[in-house]
Amino acid sequence: MNEVMEREQNIVAEAPVKKEKAKIKKVLIICSKGKIEDVYAALVMANGALMEGIEARMFFTFFGLEAITKKHADHLHTATVGNPAFMPTLPTMVAGLPGFEAFASYMMKKEMDKLDMPHVTEFLQMIEAGGGEIYACKLAADMFHLKLEDFVPEVKGIITVGDMYALADGEGTQIIFI
Amino acid sequence: METLVFNDTKIDVNEEGYLKNPAQWTPELAHEFAHEANITLTDKHFEVLNWLRAKHAEGVPLSIRKVGNSGIVDIKQFYALFPGGPLKISSKIAGIPKPVSCI
Repeated sequence: MNEVMEREQNIVAEAPVKKEKAKIKKVLIICSKGKIEDVYAALVMANGALMEGIEARMFFTFFGLEAITKKHADHLHTATVGNPAFMPTLPTMVAGLPGFEAFASYMMKKEMDKLDMPHVTEFLQMIEAGGGEIYACKLAADMFHLKLEDFVPEVKGIITVGDMYALADGEGTQIIFI
Repeated sequence: METLVFNDTKIDVNEEGYLKNPAQWTPELAHEFAHEANITLTDKHFEVLNWLRAKHAEGVPLSIRKVGNSGIVDIKQFYALFPGGPLKISSKIAGIPKPVSCI
């Protein structure tokens, strides 16, 4: 018994000490939402990764597909209803009036312009130029009847969930879901 | 504050190695910093570096997008010239502070 314990202690003592901090080498950012703030969160993180020398892959699914369609990419809205953080004192009934959401989104985009934030299509171009890769989800694209030609040219392909996981291969990869 | 001695001149740098005073920058120092980043500087690199220095002197906050619109390089070329974090690396080589931009 004693012998066994001694041996175990030895093993513990000999265990290699990990000194180096593991760095993030690659991020896979999944964007499943089509609200302007969610899409920008995904874009800023992907672009920010590239700026730091981290590889970036993006996978757009469900309503996130809105952000990469030619038709809607630069016309995303924020949600004024069902969003308690949006003007907390504003009654929901008012926030739901026709045109209110468009107006709020317009104001938000104006503030973003002031910060020199690019529009969605330009942001996608920047990400591609920086070596990032952008993909659309096959299941969601089928559901919304979207084809590759409906997407902005930066979209590399329409892929399955299995292919998506393959994008995250390699050590030091993080998957971020929005 | 840390000090670096280059060609018998004392140069003040911060803990990340960025120059504290852009006026202490010389092209030779740029070559030295570039060497550390495994980059061999060409005329194109210097065009970008000079543009960055000029914009910094004007007080313009720098971003990758602004470099892309500079007319000197597009974003793709910028990444190719300074691989592995172009804005950070080029700012260091250009002797200006680390950029604070998120875009």
